[in-house]
Amino acid sequence: MKTFRIGGVHPAENKLSAGKPIVTAELPKVAVFPLSQHIGAPAVACVAKGDEVKVGTKIADAGGFVSAPIFSSVSGKVAKIDTVIDASGYRKPAIFINVVGDEWEESIDRSDTLVKDCDLEPKAIVEKIKNAGVVGMGGACFPTHVKLTPPPTAKPECVIVNAVECEPYLTADHQLMLEHPDEILVGVTLVMKAVNVNKGYIGIENNKPDAIKLMTEKAAQYPNIEIVPLKVKYPQGGEKQLIDAVIGRQVPAPPALPVSVGAILQNVGTMYAIYQAVQKNKPLFERVVTVTGKSLANPTNFLARMGTPMSQLIDACGGLPEDTGKVIGGGPMMGKALMNTEVPICKGSSGVLIMNQKEAKRAEAEPCIRCAKCVSACPMGLEPYLLANCSSMADWERDEKEDITSCIECGSCQFTCPSHRPLLDMIRLGKSTVMGIIRARNAKK
Amino acid sequence: MNLILVAVIALGAIGLIAAVVLYVASKKFAVFEDPRIAQVASVLPQANCGGCGFPGCSGFAGACVKAADAGSLEGKLCPVGGAPVMEKVAAILGLEAVASEPMLAVVRCNGSCENRPRVVQYDGAISCRVAHSTSGGETLCSYGCLGCGDCVKACKFDAIRMNPETGLPEVDAEKCTACGACAKACPRSIIEIRPKGRIVKGEARRIWVGCVNKDKGAIAGKACAVSCIACGKCQKVCKKDAITIENNLAYIDPTKCIACGLCFNECPKHVIHASFSVPAPKPKVVKPVETTVASVDASQKSVAKEVPTVEKQQQQQ
Repeated sequence: MKTFRIGGVHPAENKLSAGKPIVTAELPKVAVFPLSQHIGAPAVACVAKGDEVKVGTKIADAGGFVSAPIFSSVSGKVAKIDTVIDASGYRKPAIFINVVGDEWEESIDRSDTLVKDCDLEPKAIVEKIKNAGVVGMGGACFPTHVKLTPPPTAKPECVIVNAVECEPYLTADHQLMLEHPDEILVGVTLVMKAVNVNKGYIGIENNKPDAIKLMTEKAAQYPNIEIVPLKVKYPQGGEKQLIDAVIGRQVPAPPALPVSVGAILQNVGTMYAIYQAVQKNKPLFERVVTVTGKSLANPTNFLARMGTPMSQLIDACGGLPEDTGKVIGGGPMMGKALMNTEVPICKGSSGVLIMNQKEAKRAEAEPCIRCAKCVSACPMGLEPYLLANCSSMADWERDEKEDITSCIECGSCQFTCPSHRPLLDMIRLGKSTVMGIIRARNAKK
Repeated sequence: MNLILVAVIALGAIGLIAAVVLYVASKKFAVFEDPRIAQVASVLPQANCGGCGFPGCSGFAGACVKAADAGSLEGKLCPVGGAPVMEKVAAILGLEAVASEPMLAVVRCNGSCENRPRVVQYDGAISCRVAHSTSGGETLCSYGCLGCGDCVKACKFDAIRMNPETGLPEVDAEKCTACGACAKACPRSIIEIRPKGRIVKGEARRIWVGCVNKDKGAIAGKACAVSCIACGKCQKVCKKDAITIENNLAYIDPTKCIACGLCFNECPKHVIHASFSVPAPKPKVVKPVETTVASVDASQKSVAKEVPTVEKQQQQQ
């Protein structure tokens, strides 16, 4: 069975909410929409205090090409435009909407009927995706229309859909595949049409046999889409790892993009969002979120509107357990510990993980014993111990020379370190500093 | 015997030729170094701290000689040696020493454990820069001191220490050379290099705003009992136009400030710090202002009133 070549680790899967049907979450009383929910320029608010909005009304315009508009997920009145502590732990500008009723924009097709055919031009499809505010739903939130507009020199050959969900605990994508396989497959055909390729792959890890079976059956009705079962290994969901696993090609170091080896990558959640945006005129304002944790009474997969505070979803799962150590936005490997539970659900919120105190506690760091486990675990073939050391000594030149910018921040090195060294903490610091230095250097040129 | 003779002659000849080559090379490719550079370097402190902005003491010596050739030593200052060293440098270079104001590192945060309640716990790598890039910090103030001590690690003169009680760094005015390493190390730019201030009765008088929070008053007030809420009272009372309020934060321009203490007495949140004991204002009693403090509970308010600056406390003792 296929998998990627270099490195990787096997964290405990802990898919507590696997097989649990998607539950529609209740509407929040106040929905909060941070203006920077994606990579790139923050969106610019286009509503003012007191404006009436419906579900699906655009409330913020894209702030540039690499940016995405934001749509209201609720109907009601704009209460204020203020700041809110978002998942980054810092105050960021956000739009607050007081929820009244649930009135949708009339242009949105709310029926469940499957619309397979699409006679739009490729450009029109990309435009529709752009105008619906669709971004990568795996967590990185890269605006989708940018990925679907490859540079003219690049020749896309295939579309690879990431249905790996290699993060432990999370089951949102898995459940989405079980409940909406046709919509996802139509989404794939739309993307294939948009970038003018005639091959699509959907990579699924073999810890989801039911999804592999269902998707393979359904895919038979769609030409040129192949389901690729993959051996379980973290971080298979990284785009470079997935390309290697599915088509056996390796993406060169940055600034090369996946498209330089002919692959366009999209998350399976994004496929569903694309289907809804193109075929149903429904902009991106809700998503599937896994709320899970060992101490949580009832881990659930929610279909939640953006702007819903995480605390509301946690309460719907039985409330915050007493022995909570950390609340994490995303999965345990790449997610981020949150400052508080009032952080709203955003486009990239794939999960909320409640870790109990025992799990959350970080063991004390001990001296490096030169075992090189981090080196064998690194899926990018880097030397994490060296990068971390250079970062702690502020030797940014060496960091750059050792390709720190190739790091995908998957955390395999830190996970595998027997001395519990804060490798990723230091590498992230080094990576962001080196990226800053490179940007400053390029700006000078 | 013959063999030994051949060896001695051969080696001797090689040595002779090499000596001639080296002699010619040393004359022909000699690099002239101004002897003054070595002289200047010899009077510098040799701390190689980089506080002057040049790579080490020899780099600074080279820059001084170059500047002297251009006619003036203006802008060149060894923060560690200060005026005495600069006088010696000037004497070597045959110039007048340019008078420079002695400077000092100032910590612009008073968010001690008491003033600024911890709401979450950070358990990542002990480094301010890492903590800064991971989250807003342990408190609700995302501008204030993170307390991991990057500034302490950066100081080469043992002039800055963490106070375990307050969780904040404290600068030793005697040891601080204003090299600026701590200010550079701080990811939140809390430490500022400011003039030591005008000397009155043997003590340097300076006044500064001990807060860098740019949030709106209500938010800043909730996060910390001694945060600047940008009420503007200090700006109104200042007679020298030294105080500006930008992004919800007051800033005192040290070049204009005369350390009169008016703003110190006016500030309702005790954000303004002074290096000396400011005389209490005359009869006109200043009422404690209740604006935006509504959300801070009573205990915090009392703390806010009781806590003067760290340095002031030391003087009172």
